[in-house]
Amino acid sequence: MIDPRAIAEIIRQWSTFHPEFALLPRKFKIAVSGTKEDRAIIQAHDIGLEFYHDDQQKIAIRVWVGGGLGRTPILGSVVREHLEWQHVLTYCEAVIRVYNLHGRRDNAYKARIKILVKALGVEEFARQVEEEWQHLKDSPNTITKAELDRVAQHFTKMPYDTLPDHDAGFDSAVASNPAFAAWVRRNVHKHQQPGYRAVTLSLKTHGQAPGDASTEQMHTVADFADEYSFGELRVAHEQNLILADVKITDLYALWEKAKANGLATANIGLLTDIICCPGGDFCSLANAKSIPIAEAIQMQFDDMDYLYDIGDLELNISGCMNACGHHHVGHIGVLGVDKDGSEWYQVTLGGKQGNDANLGTVLGPSFAADEMPGVVQKLIDVYVRERTAEERFIDTVRRIGVAPFKTHVYGEKKKEVAHA
Amino acid sequence: MPKSSNLILNQAIVEDEWTLVSLPAGEEVVKKQAGKVVLFKLTGEASTTPEQIANTEIPASGKILVPLSVWVARQPELAARHAAGEVGVWLDTHELLETLAASVADINSLPLIAVHVERFADGRIFSIGNLLRTRYHYKNDLRAFGDVLRDQLFFLKRCGFNSYLIRGDRSAQDALASLGDFTQPYQGAVDNNQPVWRRVNRTAPH
Ligand code: SF4
Repeated sequence: MIDPRAIAEIIRQWSTFHPEFALLPRKFKIAVSGTKEDRAIIQAHDIGLEFYHDDQQKIAIRVWVGGGLGRTPILGSVVREHLEWQHVLTYCEAVIRVYNLHGRRDNAYKARIKILVKALGVEEFARQVEEEWQHLKDSPNTITKAELDRVAQHFTKMPYDTLPDHDAGFDSAVASNPAFAAWVRRNVHKHQQPGYRAVTLSLKTHGQAPGDASTEQMHTVADFADEYSFGELRVAHEQNLILADVKITDLYALWEKAKANGLATANIGLLTDIICCPGGDFCSLANAKSIPIAEAIQMQFDDMDYLYDIGDLELNISGCMNACGHHHVGHIGVLGVDKDGSEWYQVTLGGKQGNDANLGTVLGPSFAADEMPGVVQKLIDVYVRERTAEERFIDTVRRIGVAPFKTHVYGEKKKEVAHA
Repeated sequence: MPKSSNLILNQAIVEDEWTLVSLPAGEEVVKKQAGKVVLFKLTGEASTTPEQIANTEIPASGKILVPLSVWVARQPELAARHAAGEVGVWLDTHELLETLAASVADINSLPLIAVHVERFADGRIFSIGNLLRTRYHYKNDLRAFGDVLRDQLFFLKRCGFNSYLIRGDRSAQDALASLGDFTQPYQGAVDNNQPVWRRVNRTAPH
């Protein structure tokens, strides 16, 4: 794991009012990740910077270009396998200059860099970038060690106490209280500092809009941050809140209070931890409502033991092809579509975020809203039937492919008129 | 009373010494996509016909700013005036700098290069300015004209432009003020290639 924040901050400064790139063909997003798991979905960004240690234990960057979701979902391609961190600004300048000059401006739908990379082919694109970069490499925008060190000093560690990594009180609470133990298993995460853990506060209470928190809950959460986590609170793109630095000795008290405030559903990473866009209830671009679908699926799978048995599963819902709910990279993705003025839902299977990202495959014709919980149930049935021991949903899908799921879901629908 | 000049050169509003030579209107092929007229030409797209080039009227005397395509095709008749320092060249943002570079032995024999930006949102002009200064080492006046408004000026300046013909319906006086929009930019660019960390000693926090 590498802490890329100092370089990210230097990139942020460099990109602020960058004169040459003030009017690009379209929006442009850079994602930075320093972990093996990649929580930034770097392959779905215009530029994705993946930090890693090379074989000399030096910090290097793998550069991905041309990813994006939306109406034309494409995962990024590696244009450079190994870039020394000093060169990240000049290399990005080369990438963006090629895009600025050659990206399409005649059609907003085709103006993103992903379309240019596809049109040229990644090899030709990378060649042009490399050629451009030869002129920019080692220019004054090359980052110095002194500047990196200076900026890095702003990212100080929290004033941690020196603590043992075990606490007898905590261990016995886990042993004696299964509900607490389940919460620890799903919502509490490892920490690099002994005696501390990171905690995800679930905003995925079953039957409630994913990611919603009331005023009272927000006040409570702010108090949690002050009391337990150095006054800091983080928001995850999975629509939950994270207290990053909680002492092990505080976990039980925090859990009790979180539970009393509806913030301790022990479902992080499970089927009901749904990413869901605002959809037709709130968004004027929507083709269909998404929140009621999420709620209906959560109610269908309201049995926690069953959820634990199903295990890790990401279900993402978007109300239109703008893909704010990242449905393409959900293990199960749901997309709201409009057909002759009524709302339908297209299901994709096998998407994944992370370093081994994948775009989902469309299962088949779309479904009506009231069919959706049943459809998800059938997908789960196939998984439970087919899985090998310890195999996650996504791995089963990757191993056996989409076909068995399709057969089971559409089997009984065959006689009905296909919707799509 | 003649309208006052809208041309900024360096930090001042000046009279334009150059006569802009335009191509005669050609048969513009109207391209449509999803019902909308296509507004941008792609980089490298050919856009002038031999007839347009041949029919371009070049004033008999004075300093002239000619279209790149005319410059390339009609160089013999411009040679003497070029030698006298009376020929500048302008190009559109979709035209290739390579064409310009190949057309003249010494790019610095042109006292003026101008880049025409058809629409405000066309940011290619910034890269073109940058490349002219850093790649082609052009040292003389570099002018932006067309849909040039005050919001581009600071960026144009940073990309190597030193002359701006502000769109006719806007005030050059107002635009002039924007050249000082920011005192200290973060990143190195053409006007000052040093990023902030090589210019200023920003001490660490305590
Ligand atoms: S995916 Fe579509 S419906 Fe959902 S928030 Fe985005 S634009 Fe709105």
